[in-house]
Amino acid sequence: MTAPTEGLSRLHGGLRLPAQKTHSTGAPIREVAVAPRLIMPLGRKAGAAARPLVAAGDRVTRGQRIAEGRPPVSANVHAASSGTVAAIEDRPAPARDGGAVPCILIDTDGDDRLHEDCRPLPDSITRDPAALAGAVEDAGILGLGGAAYPTAPKLAEGLGQGLEALILNGAECEPCISCDDRLMREQAADIVSGARLMLTILGIRECLVAIESDKPEAWQAMKAAVAEAPEGIRLVQLPTVYPSGGEDQLVRLLTGREVPSGGLPADVGYLVHNVGTAEAVARLAASGEPLVSRVVTVTGDGIAEPGNYRVRLGTPMADLARAAGGYTERAACLIMGGPMTGVSLPHDDFPVVGATNCLLFTREPPAVSGEPERPCIRCGECARVCPVRLQPQQLHRHAGPVDEEALALFGLDDCIECGCCDLVCPSHIPLTRSFRRAKAALRLKAHERRKAERARHRFEARERRLSRREQAARERQEDVRRQAGAEAIREILERRRRGRGDED
Amino acid sequence: MLGAVLTLAVPAFAAGFGLAWAARRLPADEEPLTERIDALLPQTQCAQCGYPGCRPYARAIADGSAGINQCPPGGEQTIRALAELLGREALPLDPACGTEPGPQVAVIREAECIGCARCLPACPVDAIVGAPQYLHTVIERECTGCELCLDPCPVDCIDLVPVRPVPGAES
Repeated sequence: MTAPTEGLSRLHGGLRLPAQKTHSTGAPIREVAVAPRLIMPLGRKAGAAARPLVAAGDRVTRGQRIAEGRPPVSANVHAASSGTVAAIEDRPAPARDGGAVPCILIDTDGDDRLHEDCRPLPDSITRDPAALAGAVEDAGILGLGGAAYPTAPKLAEGLGQGLEALILNGAECEPCISCDDRLMREQAADIVSGARLMLTILGIRECLVAIESDKPEAWQAMKAAVAEAPEGIRLVQLPTVYPSGGEDQLVRLLTGREVPSGGLPADVGYLVHNVGTAEAVARLAASGEPLVSRVVTVTGDGIAEPGNYRVRLGTPMADLARAAGGYTERAACLIMGGPMTGVSLPHDDFPVVGATNCLLFTREPPAVSGEPERPCIRCGECARVCPVRLQPQQLHRHAGPVDEEALALFGLDDCIECGCCDLVCPSHIPLTRSFRRAKAALRLKAHERRKAERARHRFEARERRLSRREQAARERQEDVRRQAGAEAIREILERRRRGRGDED
Repeated sequence: MLGAVLTLAVPAFAAGFGLAWAARRLPADEEPLTERIDALLPQTQCAQCGYPGCRPYARAIADGSAGINQCPPGGEQTIRALAELLGREALPLDPACGTEPGPQVAVIREAECIGCARCLPACPVDAIVGAPQYLHTVIERECTGCELCLDPCPVDCIDLVPVRPVPGAES
């Protein structure tokens, strides 16, 4: 371990966690053979899925666009290998809510032919910010740090904001995960060239690469890669504290600036992208290959050969586990992501997606302490470790029956669900879980309110329309009566005149 | 004696005039009670309360002619919110108005719809599309599940089904 760079700001709270990374960092990244069937989800959630461009029975090749995204919520999807489209159907997505999303199923043919449109990007594109941004959007590149937010709209957020610097996130602060570490060791030059392409898109010159101090090999490799063309890119070593790799936390550490509540790093002049995302951009420029694979850390005592694997998106997790030597007898739980923020999955029949940075096979779920929950003793430990400086004990008090006003007051929306408070709570209260539930309950409430508001509008519009119609009918009637009245008067006058004439 | 009367009477009159002027000239600082009551109602527009919609019911509550426990779709939660707003006692839901249903939405069994268009004017939020002799359908997003379309349908081809979980509203 080396010393952190001087002059960094301090992160509030956070924890020093046992890294548990050594058994996956030993071996280089291994390529996983293409699985016989790929399951390619068309988005993260059902409401935001990409539109399929192929039908069952179509032949596809690697890199061929098979679904068109709807930015910014979803990105284009490309076939991860060549084969035949078997079906397009709804499958549960590997995510916390686990709702079904439409997926394109591909039976691969083993040839792994590349689509003819996938050619290295010419200089005319890589030098032109707009064209390059378009290429990144077309390639459906996602943030590979774990949230899988489409990269192109995120880059677009930074445009015109007066950005100071791009921050490449190589902190990888969560225990067990080491895919970024291995990637930096092996493909440092690609990451740097990807960073340069991103800088071109953004039209800025500064880039900070943040690496935690427990990755000396990655640091050396990156340093060597940057030394070849040093202008603009600076490496920064972070103290090894979880969650220093959170976007807002990273910005705070590096620059001392606080991302405003509900805001984005771009609001204070920075844009954070993962190192893996930079590598994907470099790969696109060098070979024309869109996002069809990523590096996944497969680890835990439930797997025979822990390590990092480059795997096609859409590969069933069971196939990846088999490629990693298969399960040991201690495999009982599957977590996608790290032990702190990962999602516990009920089985291994999910595909690897852009957000799959790590698969953790363990004997028991790491988040569960096993101890029974006891009442809060208001010790304040949770507030001490909270990196966002919230008061988890207060939030917890108001999250039972959800008290909307109090939760808003105590900043529930700012909670990053890092799980630090859970770990230190002497009463073993699952705080993060209750915050997640409260957030979901509030979202549901907001949805109901919006719906009621819309119903009110429609009801009022209908009332107005009906009363207008009634009014029009009444006016017509009045007109008829008035006209009839005028006619009657004319008739009387006529008769009188005639009468008088008769008398004369 | 006169001095004492004046000492009290003059400021009293001054304050009285001041208040009268303020009440007439200054804008009311709160939205009218009806609006605030209407904001708490679920906007189902089902008329189960005996009034033709949520706003008329809100008006009736505001002028004291209706109880706060006549809204089945709002249920206990709405009654509690109204009780808090109005400083009245939270009563159990009036069984004469109905029972609290879960969130629901109307669905037309399209094979059985005869295109009579009678359900169209019954919908308080214009959530049914169709025309005479053409198939009707319910816009799920806009339907409040008020059940008012059930009665006019001559072939009983409208079902009320529980609302599907909303994508994006929970996770």
